[in-house]
Amino acid sequence: MSETVYGPVTDWATDFDHGSPAYAANQHKIWDDLKNSGCPIAHTDRYGGTWLPLTHEMVHSIAYDTDHFSSEGPVVGQLKPSEVPDRIGAPIGPVPPISSDPPFHNEARRLLLPAFSPKMIDPWRDEVIEICNKLIDDMGDADHIDAALQYSQHIPVMVIARMLGLPVEDGDKFRGWVNLVLSGIGEERTEARMQQFMEFNEYLAYHVNDHKENPREDLISFLLNAEIFGEKLSLEHAVGTVILLLIAGIDTTWSGIGSSLWHLATNSVDRRRLVENPDMIPAAVEEFLRAYAPVTMARVVKEDMEFHGVQMKKEDWVLLPFPAANRDDKQFANAHEVVIDREENRHAAFGLGIHRCLGSNLARLEMNVAVEVFLQRFPDFSVDANEIVTWSTGQVRGPRALPFVVNARA
Amino acid sequence: MRVHVDPSKCQGHNRCYALAPELFDVDDYGNAFELNDGVVPAGLEDKARLALANCPEFAISIEE
Repeated sequence: MSETVYGPVTDWATDFDHGSPAYAANQHKIWDDLKNSGCPIAHTDRYGGTWLPLTHEMVHSIAYDTDHFSSEGPVVGQLKPSEVPDRIGAPIGPVPPISSDPPFHNEARRLLLPAFSPKMIDPWRDEVIEICNKLIDDMGDADHIDAALQYSQHIPVMVIARMLGLPVEDGDKFRGWVNLVLSGIGEERTEARMQQFMEFNEYLAYHVNDHKENPREDLISFLLNAEIFGEKLSLEHAVGTVILLLIAGIDTTWSGIGSSLWHLATNSVDRRRLVENPDMIPAAVEEFLRAYAPVTMARVVKEDMEFHGVQMKKEDWVLLPFPAANRDDKQFANAHEVVIDREENRHAAFGLGIHRCLGSNLARLEMNVAVEVFLQRFPDFSVDANEIVTWSTGQVRGPRALPFVVNARA
Repeated sequence: MRVHVDPSKCQGHNRCYALAPELFDVDDYGNAFELNDGVVPAGLEDKARLALANCPEFAISIEE
């Protein structure tokens, strides 16, 4: 893995790079060192100026303050939102409602909430169980498996493709585009990357047209008929939301499942407790979400302002590192310890405030079932000492290669 | 004991409904509300406290 176009970091307080492999590998230590040195909010000139607040209190207050912080750029890029050609600006943004600000946000989100409410998501359980078991069946009787490549990465893709009404077998394509949008933030804007963006747009245009001609019972058809403020959604809005639903649910949940399995592969006491007491899995999943929260979001500063003693400039990026908030020892007892039966757990893995992850009920279902089925089928597994576990870079963090040795199967 | 969900704070994380479905329910949008006017039946006090301790938005309050 190479550094980003900005080169190696010289100082994490004044020159951090959250898109670098060094950040992905050492983020817990980086946050602690910064906080211990009296720097609860770091800055970098990279990406045109970016802030990294580290306490739960700061992350919470920025997430709630939609008057000063806009969501029009939820992923930090080399171009500021206003510099991106043909871009839909605030309050709608390119991928509503995650990129939207109030009051538009409220209406755009309300449209989608029922489809992702617990009572609509729970009935997917049997299908997720079947998907997980099938993935394990496909591994045959191999002793060496990759739990990221052969298991975690497929689960969210198969479910969201079915919900949207896209071909389930296009999973590899979706993951390629997810990687393009989320992991390549600091890479050069090469022709090959531009080509991939074009293919993504063409693919979506094709399937949206197909749904227009042949409406069916799925989320794409729903969006094409949905109304906001008494009018049909604009095509940009509908397609932007399809992009969001496709991108946002895939590598986030893949990361959550992967981190949970990585923890269980490296902590045999916790693994044995869950094998013997599967009813502890839901609480354990919440703790994995706290300790290994995959998602950091971003906001854009609306006007020059002061925040906790620092001067933020209009259009600065502000990261919302929910994973750092989740390890704040002012908010959590033994914040750096993974306690799988933690009773008090107000973690912010799915965000805080009006942009709470729309798919959180689906993500929780997939994580719970994925862990449950994996432990049922593989009661004993460990990391393959001859291979390397790799982690993603950027605003979504999770294992991308999880070489395991299966020590027992049921 | 009585529990209450502040609807202006609830963002639909659904922790209370998952942990204490005897005390909370959710509407079609996934937002939570207390059942039975918030009255906690005897024996379910710990579940009420558990729901409060797991709400990321601090939307739940308890009256002892």
